[in-house]
Amino acid sequence: MQLTNMVRSAALIEADRLMTICNGCRYCEGLCAVFPAMEMRRTFADNDLNYLANLCHQCGACYSDCQYSPPHEFNVNIPATFAKVRNESYARYAWPGAFAGVFARNGLFITLLAALSVAAFIAGFVALKDPAALYGRHGGDFYKLMPHNAMATLFSVVFLYAIAALALSLRGFWRDIAGGVASADVGAVGQATGDAAHLKYLGGGGGGCTSESEKPSALRRIFHHFTFYGFMFCFAATCLATVYHYAFGWHAPYPLISGPVLLGIIGGLGLLIGPAGLFVLARTRDPILVDKPRLGMDTAFQAMLFLTSLTGFALMLLRDTPAMGLLLAVHLGVVLGLFLSLPYGKFVHGLYRYLALVKYNKERKTAIFVE
Amino acid sequence: MDFNDVFDVVVAGGGNAALCAAITAARAGRKVVVLEGAPKFYRGGNTRHTRNLRCAHDGTAPTMAGPYDPAEFIDDLYRVTGGQTDKALAQIAIERSRELLPWMDQQGVKFQPPLGGTLSLGKTNAFFLGGGRGMLNALYRQAEALGVTCVYDAMVTALNIEDGFFVSATVKHDGVEKQVRGKALVAACGGFEANIEWLKEYWGEAADNFIIRGTPYNRGAVLRMLLDKGVMPVGDPTQCHAIALDARAPKFDGGIATRLDSVVFGIMIDRNGNRFYDEGEDVWPKRYAIWGRLIAQQPGQIAYSIIDSQSVSLFMPSIYPAVEASSIGELAAKLELDPAAVEKTVADFNAAVRPGSFDHTVLDDCATSGLAIPKSHWARKIEKPPYYGFPMRPGITFTYLGVKVNEESRILLADGRPSGNMFAAGEIMAGNVLGKGYLAGIGMTIGAVFGRLAGEGAAKNAAN
Repeated sequence: MQLTNMVRSAALIEADRLMTICNGCRYCEGLCAVFPAMEMRRTFADNDLNYLANLCHQCGACYSDCQYSPPHEFNVNIPATFAKVRNESYARYAWPGAFAGVFARNGLFITLLAALSVAAFIAGFVALKDPAALYGRHGGDFYKLMPHNAMATLFSVVFLYAIAALALSLRGFWRDIAGGVASADVGAVGQATGDAAHLKYLGGGGGGCTSESEKPSALRRIFHHFTFYGFMFCFAATCLATVYHYAFGWHAPYPLISGPVLLGIIGGLGLLIGPAGLFVLARTRDPILVDKPRLGMDTAFQAMLFLTSLTGFALMLLRDTPAMGLLLAVHLGVVLGLFLSLPYGKFVHGLYRYLALVKYNKERKTAIFVE
Repeated sequence: MDFNDVFDVVVAGGGNAALCAAITAARAGRKVVVLEGAPKFYRGGNTRHTRNLRCAHDGTAPTMAGPYDPAEFIDDLYRVTGGQTDKALAQIAIERSRELLPWMDQQGVKFQPPLGGTLSLGKTNAFFLGGGRGMLNALYRQAEALGVTCVYDAMVTALNIEDGFFVSATVKHDGVEKQVRGKALVAACGGFEANIEWLKEYWGEAADNFIIRGTPYNRGAVLRMLLDKGVMPVGDPTQCHAIALDARAPKFDGGIATRLDSVVFGIMIDRNGNRFYDEGEDVWPKRYAIWGRLIAQQPGQIAYSIIDSQSVSLFMPSIYPAVEASSIGELAAKLELDPAAVEKTVADFNAAVRPGSFDHTVLDDCATSGLAIPKSHWARKIEKPPYYGFPMRPGITFTYLGVKVNEESRILLADGRPSGNMFAAGEIMAGNVLGKGYLAGIGMTIGAVFGRLAGEGAAKNAAN
C-alpha cells in the first residue's frame, strides 16, 4: 500500500487548515489530548492529522468553547472534521486493502453480513441435521445442533482472522503515526491503558460532553462504559467457559450460578444498556458535530452488540423450549457477523484511539511545545 | 421575554462584567434582564476572546503557581499605568480579586493550568478551561438557572434618564423598538473599538485601515448615551489598546489567532521599505502592545515583518502562511514593495549587526551599531534564505474612554454626584483603574470585581 502517494482528501485538507488556526489560538489546550499534541507541531502532515484525529473523542467541548466555530468565518469545527478524518483513516489502514471500501457503506455491509451469517447457521442446522431438529426440544443442549468442536473451530478460525486483520491494520497505522517502526514504552502503554479505561478524554476536560445540548453531560461517557465493560464481561465469560471446557471438562450448559453465566449476564446487561443509550444520544446530538454519511457505521456496531446480547438472553431463557434451535442459529449468526466485522467496523475506533493515546503518552514525556 | 415587565435590574451588555452583575443581583433575589446587543453566537463582547483572569491569591489554587500577593499586583498595575489609576478603585479591584477564583468556581466556571506558551502567566493569571467562550457559557448557564432573562439581538438604542436616574431603556429587538423598564441599570457593554466612525474622530481616515480584534457589536452606543446624558467621563478618548497582527486577518472578530510574534526576530519595514522603530527594544510580551500604535502611524497603516530561515520557527505558529522567497528582492516584489529600497534597508541593517550570542529568551547582546534606528537585542543578519515576510496592521483590542464610577461601582454624574440607580462595570469603566497600558488578564479582573459590586449595588437599589 503506498500511503504517501495518496491524494490528500478534502477532510485532511480541512483538518490541516483547522489545526493551523487552532495552533495560533490554543485556548482549548486543557480540554483533551488533541491540543497539547497539536502544540508539539508547527505543520500537519497526513500522518499527524490521522494521529490527532484518532486522539479526538468527539466530546464537542472544543466546539462549544470555540470563538471561531460557525457562523464565524474561520468555521472551526474540530469534532466533525476529525470524525471524517478518523473514519477515512480506518479505511486507509484496513487490511487487506481491498476491504477498505466497506467503511464507506458500513451499515449495509454489516447488515448483510449478519443476515448471511444467521441464514448460514439455519441452513447448516437444516442441512447437516434433521430439519425437524431445528424445532425440537434439546434440554438446552446446544451441541445437539452443532457439536462443540465444530462451533469452537468455526469461531476460533473467524476470531483468529479478525485478530490478524486488526493487527495488520493497526501495524500500518502505528508505523505511519510513529514515523517508521517506533517502539512504545511500558509507561506510555500503562498510561494509555488507564486513559482508555477511564475514558479520560471523553469529558471536555472535566465538564462532560457538550454535544447533546449546551449543558455538559456525562451520559455518553456512562453509556460508553456500559458498552465497553459489557463487552469485556461477555468476552471474559466466553474465555472462562473455554477454560471450563478444555481444562476441567465441565461442559455447557452451565447453571445460572456459575462463572460464565454470571459474567455473561452482567456483560449482557451492559451491552443492552450501553449501545441503546449511545444510539439514543446519537439521535439527540447536534448534527453539525458528526460525520453524517458514516453514522451508519456507529449504528451498525451498536445494533450488533445489542443483538448479540438480546439473542443471548433469549437463548438462555428459552433454551428448554422448541425455540432453542432457531434462537441458537440467530445468536450464533449475529456473533459470527460481529466477529467477522470486527476489523471492518466501528470496533476499530477503540484500538486506533488506544494506539494514538500510547503515542501521546510517549511523546508528551519529552514534549517540546512549539512556540 | 415580556417587555411589559418591570425588572429590578436591567443589565446592558452580555460579557463577563454583565453576567457577574446579573448573577449577583439574581442571587440577591432580584428580577434581572440581560440585554445583549449581539446575536447569541457573538454574545459576550471582548470576553469571548479572553483567556484568563488576573487575581491575587495565596497559592493554594490547584491550577495556579503562586502565591500572587496583592502588594505585588498593585506594583504591577502602577508600573503599567504609570500611576494613571484611581488608587482607591485599584485597591478594591485587587483586594476583591482574591474572591474571584472561588466565586467563579461556584458559578460553574472551570480553570486549567497553563500549558505551552503561557507558563510565564501561571502565577498571576487563572486560565479558563476552553477560554473565554467556555467561561461565558458557564456564566450564561448559571444566570439562566437563577432565572435571569437573557435576550440576544437586543441593542439598546436609547436611555431614558431623568436627573441622573435611570427609568427605562429603548431596545431594538426583532426589528421593533421596545421599552424595558427597571429600578436600576448596570451598564456593562464595553467600549467603542468597533465603531470606526468614532475612532475616526481621533485617528482620521487611518482608522479605516484598523483591524478590530473583537466583534463588530462593540460600538459604544450606551457609553455615548451616558456621556451625552451628563455622566462624568474617564480615560483618554483618543487612546486604544492596539497590537500588531497579520494584515490578512478578518476586519472584525479575528481574536487571538491572528496575532503575530515575529517582530523581534527580524526587521519591521514600512511600505517604503524603511525601518521605523527598534524591534529589539525589550522582550516581546512587554513590547507587543506598542506595535499596533507604531504601525498605525506608518503610511497606509501597514508594515512588514522580514525574517530569514534562522528565525522562522522561533515564534508561535502563524495562521497565515508567510510570504516566502529565495532573495530579499524577490520577497519585496511578492510583498508589492520596492525591491531596491528593501534590499538597501536589509543590507544596511546587516552591515550594522555586531557579533553576539543570540538567545531569544533573554535580553541578549546581539545589537546593531551605527544605525539611526538601532536594534538593541536579537539583531542577527538577515542572510539565510529562504526569506519570509508577513504584512501587518494595527489590531484594536479596546478603547480607554469610559464613565467615572465610585467605590460601589456607581456611575458619577458630571457634577460629581453619584447616580441614584446607575452602575457601570467592565470595559465601560475600566479606564478608572487602567488609565493606560495593559496587564494581561486585568480586563477580566475589573469586569468581574466591578460586575459583582454593580450587581450588589443594583440589587440594593432595587429593594428600596
